[in-house]
Amino acid sequence: MAENTAQPRRFRWSAGLVLGLFLIGGMIVTAVVAPLFLADAAETLTPDTRQGPSAEHLMGTDDFGRDILARSLVATRLTLIMSVSATVIAVIGGLALGAGVWLAPRRVREVALRLIEAAVAYPSLILALIIAAILGPGSVTAVIAIGLAGIPGFARLTANMAASVSHRNFVGTARLLGVPTPLLAVRHLLPNMAEPILVMATSSFALSLLEISSLSFVGLGVQSPEYDFGRLLNEGLVSIYSQPLQVVVPSIMLVVSGLGAMLIGDGLASAADPRGGRRFLGKRLPARRPVSASPAPDALLEVDNLTVTAPNGKELVKAISFSIKSGEIVGLVGESGSGKSMTAMTVAGLLAEGVTATAHTLRLDGLDLLARNDPKVLASSIGLVFQDPGTTFNPALRMGPQLTEVQRVHLRRNRKQADQEMVMALAEMSIRDPELRMSQHPHQLSGGMLQRAVIASSTVAEPKLLIADEPTTALDVTVQAEVLRKFRKVNRERGTALLFISHDIGVVQELCDQVLVMHDGQILERLSGRDLQAGHATHPYTRSLLAATPSMIGPRAALAGARSQPTAGNGMTESDQ
Amino acid sequence: MTAGAKILEAGTGDFAGGAAGPGRRNVPPRGNWTSNAWVNFAIRRTGGLLLSLFLLVVLTFMIVPLIPGDPARAIAGTDASPETLARLREQMGLDDPLPLRFLDYLTGLLQFDLGTSFRFNDAVAGIVATKLPYTAQLALMAIAVVLVVAIPAGMGVGVLTRGGRRRWLDLVFSNVAGFLASLPGYVTATLLIVAFAIMVPIFPAGGADSLAALVLPTLALGIGPACAVARVVRQETATVLEQDYMRTARGRRIPPLRLYLRHALPNLLTSTLTLTGLILASLLGGAIIIETVFNYPGLGNEIIQAIIYRDYPLIQGIILVIGLIATLLNILVDVILGIIDPRTVGAKSHG
Repeated sequence: MAENTAQPRRFRWSAGLVLGLFLIGGMIVTAVVAPLFLADAAETLTPDTRQGPSAEHLMGTDDFGRDILARSLVATRLTLIMSVSATVIAVIGGLALGAGVWLAPRRVREVALRLIEAAVAYPSLILALIIAAILGPGSVTAVIAIGLAGIPGFARLTANMAASVSHRNFVGTARLLGVPTPLLAVRHLLPNMAEPILVMATSSFALSLLEISSLSFVGLGVQSPEYDFGRLLNEGLVSIYSQPLQVVVPSIMLVVSGLGAMLIGDGLASAADPRGGRRFLGKRLPARRPVSASPAPDALLEVDNLTVTAPNGKELVKAISFSIKSGEIVGLVGESGSGKSMTAMTVAGLLAEGVTATAHTLRLDGLDLLARNDPKVLASSIGLVFQDPGTTFNPALRMGPQLTEVQRVHLRRNRKQADQEMVMALAEMSIRDPELRMSQHPHQLSGGMLQRAVIASSTVAEPKLLIADEPTTALDVTVQAEVLRKFRKVNRERGTALLFISHDIGVVQELCDQVLVMHDGQILERLSGRDLQAGHATHPYTRSLLAATPSMIGPRAALAGARSQPTAGNGMTESDQ
Repeated sequence: MTAGAKILEAGTGDFAGGAAGPGRRNVPPRGNWTSNAWVNFAIRRTGGLLLSLFLLVVLTFMIVPLIPGDPARAIAGTDASPETLARLREQMGLDDPLPLRFLDYLTGLLQFDLGTSFRFNDAVAGIVATKLPYTAQLALMAIAVVLVVAIPAGMGVGVLTRGGRRRWLDLVFSNVAGFLASLPGYVTATLLIVAFAIMVPIFPAGGADSLAALVLPTLALGIGPACAVARVVRQETATVLEQDYMRTARGRRIPPLRLYLRHALPNLLTSTLTLTGLILASLLGGAIIIETVFNYPGLGNEIIQAIIYRDYPLIQGIILVIGLIATLLNILVDVILGIIDPRTVGAKSHG
């Protein structure tokens, strides 16, 4: 039917697509061949009425002694011709209408688009019935009705595609070069829209076939003595008790053709969409524990010889060891992909599917983090702050229930108590109108406010360790300083240990007592924040990271302000060595 | 309920202003945000509703003038006498100019007068009123089946196959559901009759006398859409489970059931309901065809007969009513969506 356009990407032949092509190919062959050989058996009246299956009549005969199988096979031709015609009407009409809408002046276009939207929302069968009512029942009516009913869908696709393609650079270039608009549409837009239109035409063909058959089936389409699948089903329904095969055979033909077209549509769609690839999943290995390197039994968090392996066997974190004493702030710096977030998520016990962690020791106070732990204990021992506050919260729920969930689920607080505690915690994080914020949805709060709310909720249960994974990366510089100040505050006032992950070595050296520099899953250098600030970094990689940090006054000054708490703003002298 | 009151309130406003919503840009300091968005939403949707209704009225009105050749002859048949034709023309006002006829049609509609059926010589409004409950019952039961089957099944499979687990389940589910979703309702209906009314006679093959008679039509109408929705729910579940906020929730170590029901489900409902709204509309279309299979005394069966017998007032009346229902359903879905996820209320439109 539709011509096969050259695929720019490597084409993925899925099993479904092949099967679909096979089924539809078979139908086309049937449509061509069956009427040549079976017309007699299908249309000649014989006295052998309503016979069961036999060698002569594989599927029996109907009320007039005609072979049921032969009739169903011959009907393929008319059914296919009608479906293709209706699809052609829908595609050409839709393309013309969509292109016309796109080329029209702005105001006309907006009104037309709204009308098309409205038309798409209606059951297409209603439009088909209106047309059938105007033209009266018949096969031409059915084709026109289903074809016209399919136009709005294609028009919408065309207009949307044209709008999105015309925003691309090459169209703008062509326009600047003075290519007239209609030529632009044909030369530049159409080729870029061929793929989705082909996909939609295929599914539209399937739909047309089934809808035309449904019109014939209720008596509004093909009229006797002509017959398509729908008409056969209609005639068979009368004698469904005496000769069920008379409805079963055309039903099967309809199922096969609908299925074939759907498989092709799905197959083309997933072949056109490279994201539809299959995902790789590794097996979970039992945690084996290599020998110890340098134990730190008195630390709060002890990570000894930790290795994290991806599903494909790649080691994302390679046998690292470090520890955090209570009340200490430890920074983990490195580029993206250095394994720092993977380390943090391992400690938090939130590894992605298929990723395996093994270690000699992974311990938080008395809690073995490699073993299965009581969720209640875990939830109240480790607080978590993630990178992007905009996606950390569930958009469908109000702030209050999300913020107080740990208290309510694990600490058995009732709603009122939990709310009161959270209001206080929010106020402590300088969030104005905390009661109002609790009743709002996340999208109504600013990023900085959300991140401070996360800190409030993750520290309200007094965890021993707070893990912050790039907590300031998604924030504005001015807001960053504010949020960093809050981490400082929590650490100072409550003695909460902090594992702070960042790619920004400038931020880390201001905030952290200890700094671990990670690269390629290994810890390259360990030094104190003070030493880092004083320029005592020895490893060339650390030096290059430092060199890559723009040492402007602004943000660093603000960060220094965060460090020397009470008077923010006059830390300028501190930030320059 | 409050939203409905607001829609009524706003109904007196001009619908041309619906899209722009003039003078409503002042953002309140706090608190009123929600109510203000709802007012905006009500105005916009009322505008859309009036526009759709107007189009629907124009469309149904145009059915008769658009009939090729002489409408009176098309209605009365080729062997009708000149007197019959003249009477018919008189009765339908076919000799009046088009604008006048439209005005007559419009005034009739405003008085809930849908005209008189040729075939039954009875008020169309009355016929529609007796048939509508049957179709509504069938469609509502089918949509209930769709939601009750599709959401748990889609979500269950989505959770079980998260992150690429149980590939076999994924494969079986998507193929079986895909196949069933591709079956047209009338074929499902026919095969269900052959299987459960003839070969194993458990349910009646037609009518609407008992609850048992509703089983097969409901299934025939619901199975396909249920599978289509289940596939989408599965896909959405997989997407939602990978979101950052789900990781946050896991970080709170809440029990799995709470994780899926409290945190994942509301986010699934938004897209599922949007789709269900669209499917509801096509389900109405499906009901029209399926009623014929089961000889079910609803609007669908009636309109098919009306088209075959060229009973134009009845055709117009039924199309108006079905179109009105489809429009109202769309608005209802939007309101429910707005309650579940308030961000959609602020959005300009979605379709």
